[in-house]
Amino acid sequence: MKIDIILCGVGGMGALSSAAIISKAALGMGMFMKQAETHGMSQRGGDVQSHLRLSDKEISSDLIPEGECDLIISVEPMEALRYLPYLDKENGWVITNENPFINIPNYPEKEDILAEIKKLKNSIVFDADKIAIDLGNFKGTNMVVLGAASKYLKIDIEQLEKAITDTFSRKGEAIVESNINSLRAGRAVADKL
Amino acid sequence: MEKLLLLGDEAIAQAAIDAGLSGIFAYPGTPSTEITEYIQASKEAKEKGIRSNWACNEKTAMEATLGMSYTGKRAMFSCKHVGINVAADPFMNSAITGVNGGVIYIAADDPSMHSSQDEQDSRYFADWAMIPVLEPSNQQEAYDMVHYGYELSEKFKTPVVLRVTTRLAHSRAAVNIRRNARKQNEIKLLDNPKQFILLPVNARRQYNELIAKQELLENAAMNDGFNKYIDGKNKKIGIIACGLSFNYLMENYQEQACEYPILKISQYPMPVEMVNRLYDECDSVLVLEEGQPVYENKILGLLNKGKKIMGRIDGTIPRVGELNPAIVGKALGLKVSEGLAIPAIVAPRPPKLCEGCPHADTYRALNEAMEAHGKGHVFGDIGCYTLGALPPFNGISTTVCMGASITMAKGASESGFLPAVAVIGDSTFTHSGMTGLLDCVNDNVPVTIFILDNAITAMTGTQKSSATGRIEAICQGIGVDPDHIKVITPLKKFHAENVQTIKDEIAYQGVSVIIPRRECIVWANKKRKDAKKQ
Repeated sequence: MKIDIILCGVGGMGALSSAAIISKAALGMGMFMKQAETHGMSQRGGDVQSHLRLSDKEISSDLIPEGECDLIISVEPMEALRYLPYLDKENGWVITNENPFINIPNYPEKEDILAEIKKLKNSIVFDADKIAIDLGNFKGTNMVVLGAASKYLKIDIEQLEKAITDTFSRKGEAIVESNINSLRAGRAVADKL
Repeated sequence: MEKLLLLGDEAIAQAAIDAGLSGIFAYPGTPSTEITEYIQASKEAKEKGIRSNWACNEKTAMEATLGMSYTGKRAMFSCKHVGINVAADPFMNSAITGVNGGVIYIAADDPSMHSSQDEQDSRYFADWAMIPVLEPSNQQEAYDMVHYGYELSEKFKTPVVLRVTTRLAHSRAAVNIRRNARKQNEIKLLDNPKQFILLPVNARRQYNELIAKQELLENAAMNDGFNKYIDGKNKKIGIIACGLSFNYLMENYQEQACEYPILKISQYPMPVEMVNRLYDECDSVLVLEEGQPVYENKILGLLNKGKKIMGRIDGTIPRVGELNPAIVGKALGLKVSEGLAIPAIVAPRPPKLCEGCPHADTYRALNEAMEAHGKGHVFGDIGCYTLGALPPFNGISTTVCMGASITMAKGASESGFLPAVAVIGDSTFTHSGMTGLLDCVNDNVPVTIFILDNAITAMTGTQKSSATGRIEAICQGIGVDPDHIKVITPLKKFHAENVQTIKDEIAYQGVSVIIPRRECIVWANKKRKDAKKQ
């Protein structure tokens, strides 16, 4: 089994913390993993991405080969499009929040972006911000998106919940519960489709 | 054996702790920063008394590394590729002195210039200095090579370069570690410490010894297991895969074994015998290097009269930028998969100054004060404030290397191009701006120097700045007139006042320093969060 995932967003949005959750869950299942991250200058409000590779065999490249990514998980819709050269055209999925994060003057129209995503064979675009806010988890957009993506992850949601518990336990039970609820709410969106 | 999930940088740091390190000396720089940070945060390192504070710059850091080695202890130096330029003097000469306690210099190169001004390849520097290089292809090798590197260093009394690139430095994988593999060395000077006195009479002897060592180092590279000859049936192409490029090659052979012979290179000087075998057995050679075509050039030679050598020079591989699986696959004529094109509407999202950043207020005031003087008068430097070169500020005209703002402003001023203004950060100022300021004072050149004091080294992720609390005293000590050292607070509510101060100092025909002082917003938030946790 092999899963190649790109997690993306804008520096400072916490887009990459989902990568740590998935890694933890995968390691718990005894899988091999490699995860390449963006550090440095681009973390100042620029585009950031992480290549996360999981496999039951040893992994060679730290970067996902173009056209072979199974899953693009994004907290921002335009950023999801930036990594399409990596997506497996036939079988890959794009799971993204639908609300633009606008910090540049030439940001395109939201409708145009959503139209581009709709052209893809497999995608889920939804208002993850609203779900997170309704649950009172104002910074939980990434967990909601991860929940929706979990359907295609080949990792049990229980493993992800365990990883969330591990990651947030020192911040208290309420935070753990709130993030697990966000994950489940995201999953419900994917299950309904 | 214990398994940890580590970045390449962290694997190096953990290995150093396990291999009996006594101290790491470094200045922050992407992609090397996490090595020192890991040791600073390690409880184990603290218990073992491993020193790890940030140095003022790479030169001071490397010299201290050599000093620790002089006493017999194992030391590590770490920097980004351009840091080697700053440390070039001790780098070249430590090859000649050799070492006592083991020394590893980490050079973290940044092909594709993700966070850098060039993509220089540190293997050139090491080859020039005749210092052996280890170039890991994965996190586990990075870990193992630190252990090996210290053995090699102490065996041949030479510093060793461990060269990594961005992808390995910032990629995480599970690593098997050997905790407490070795105790720290005791203090023990060399029986003949004259090797550290590079008077010409000693230096000549040492230099000959350095040259004599090369054959032994090449033998080590051939026999110690990091370089491998993997035979293949099809001799049309022989592949030399250096460092990380070996992974990209293997990624193309997941289903079946590679049909061509491969020479996996992770240790230099490159063993000529192994290269010769590949060259003799194959019709052509493909050289894969993550970075510049250092060894492709060597194998090709100036005249290129031998067999076909493919790589970055002949265009088989793009001349610039980092490698990836597709580039390597295409070079071998393999069918590589392709994704979709990026839709045309996707706009670039360059980095920018954070919401609430003090530098933004400084640039607003500076730009207004400079309006009357036309373009091109503000010289920039390296740090977050380099982003002031981009819209909406377009506030600086140059960014070259650490400290160059002050000295370039000086040169422009001396050519009669007035006013000349420099913008430099607090940490960059103590890194290599102080000597330039002394030049300005000695020549009494009309320049206005902004030392942006946000109390932290921000761009690399908030490391302690050597300048904090000392800037006015340093400037006064260097000889700047105290009446022309002005501290301003870069906030909207002081904007008009700040513009006036800047205008006044620009009008002054001598050296003036303006210190816009307000804490980095990222750092302030981080501190607040940390306080909450406790």
